[in-house]
Amino acid sequence: MTDAGGRLERLALASARVPFRLKVALVWVVIFAVLGFFFWVAQFDTEWMRDNFTYIAKGLQYTLYIAIGGIVLAVVLALLGALARISSNPIAYGISGFYVSFFRGTPLIVQMFLIYLALPQVGINLHDRYPDLFPQTLTNQLILDAAVAGTLALGLNYGAYMTEIFRAGIQSVASGQGEAADALGMTYRQKMRRVVLPQAFRVIIPPTGNEFIAMLKDTALVSFLGVAVANAEIFRRAQLVGKSDFQNLEALLVAAGLYWALTIVFTFFQRRLEARVSRGYVRSQDLTAASAEEQKHGGGGGGIG
Amino acid sequence: MSERDVVIRVEGLHKRFGHLEVVKGVDLDLHKGEVVVVFGRSGSGKSTVLRCINFLDDPTQGTIEVAGMRLSGGFRSRRKREQIRQLRLHVGMVFQQFNLFPHMTALENVRTAPICAGIKDNRIHAMELLEQVGLADKANEHPIRLSGGQQQRVAIARALAMRPDAMLFDEPTSALDPELIGEVLAVMKSLATELHMPMIVVTHEMGFAREVADRMLFFHEGVVWEEGPPERVFDSTQKPETRKFLDAVL
Repeated sequence: MTDAGGRLERLALASARVPFRLKVALVWVVIFAVLGFFFWVAQFDTEWMRDNFTYIAKGLQYTLYIAIGGIVLAVVLALLGALARISSNPIAYGISGFYVSFFRGTPLIVQMFLIYLALPQVGINLHDRYPDLFPQTLTNQLILDAAVAGTLALGLNYGAYMTEIFRAGIQSVASGQGEAADALGMTYRQKMRRVVLPQAFRVIIPPTGNEFIAMLKDTALVSFLGVAVANAEIFRRAQLVGKSDFQNLEALLVAAGLYWALTIVFTFFQRRLEARVSRGYVRSQDLTAASAEEQKHGGGGGGIG
Repeated sequence: MSERDVVIRVEGLHKRFGHLEVVKGVDLDLHKGEVVVVFGRSGSGKSTVLRCINFLDDPTQGTIEVAGMRLSGGFRSRRKREQIRQLRLHVGMVFQQFNLFPHMTALENVRTAPICAGIKDNRIHAMELLEQVGLADKANEHPIRLSGGQQQRVAIARALAMRPDAMLFDEPTSALDPELIGEVLAVMKSLATELHMPMIVVTHEMGFAREVADRMLFFHEGVVWEEGPPERVFDSTQKPETRKFLDAVL
């Protein structure tokens, strides 16, 4: 064997003794070092970032309100949409078909403006035409606060995407499961609630967590509806304070850091939830050990089981 | 046997899947305490008849009568769906693939149907049933931690939990490793001989049939081709098709 080949071989052997996770940690350290270098080169005003961090971070509250409101609405709509999608009722099937087609087929930002601006207009015209049928008190309900309109749009939009996730999840449950529930004399509701959906959720939760994380950052779009500062979310606050001090990039960097931190926190909870719903699918009694084992072998990102 | 003793009555049953007629006119009575073994080649319609009895498959023609309720197939209105559900409460079913609920423990599997029917304090009864199938010690295990034979025994306990008038077994041992078949058959046998549970069993386990069956039905091309007590079916077979099948499986 040549000298070079021998050295390579020795290197490979030495490398094999280093744990995989340590190597990954090393890669991260290097990436952060490079990023830190760029950060330093760009001469960002770190003092400004520190001073204005709390101001921007106050937006966390509204970002979370919007995201959680949006995901709750989306989950409800996706569940209804998916059940309608697999039902034999033509009205339910038709409505859900239109819903998915429209809200997946048009941009989210357009939907936000439609809900925020077009709904009040519809209300005003309805009142003008049929004042008896649509009194002002009723049509005024269509004039929404920007944050509410944004949350609605997010929920409707993500609900449409998630309808497909939920439908696939429900259909992934073996048909024998539904038959067993039927044979035991369960009602449709009981069958869905106790047998089909708990199993479907195991399939649904990983991609739904993904959607939630995506939505977390799409809350930034709500700022385009012009939310008042008092209830502005992270991005809006970053924009406002960045513009006024001519420190746009610094402000956006702070916002990016906050979004990233949020994502990491929710990814952690998503993992725990996945492990929980995998009960009954893992042979080992100790689920946490089992999921840790999975992650070690690189299966962590794709969920367990 | 008198008319009063009929638990399940199938009359003039036909079942078509598209253009394929799988069941072509079957009449079948199951009496109190009776064990009927149904056998025949795959595609002969035997499983379909079983699935039509509790409306997992919808009868194309004919009626099913259970516990005084007489139902036929066709459009399922709200009222009809409720009638079918009521009928199913009187008939326990055991599947070839067990179909245990994987997210529930053995005990939860047994308890869930009665709980759905409003019987909340059924823990003791459920434990008795698990005891009866020899799995009381596995009550808190999830199905994945049980062997196929154990899973099928839990499935039997689950079907018994609604205190059915009769049981349907759809090839209950076909998915099992050979060494696990015996334990399931033993449970079924004790169900028949000790509790006198009326049952229709679709199976190729001819030993079980000879030992436990009161009556055997040979299905061929969607009809009952030959029927009789096991001794006659085995020892003085009437039809050449039955003989041929028996020679193949025995």
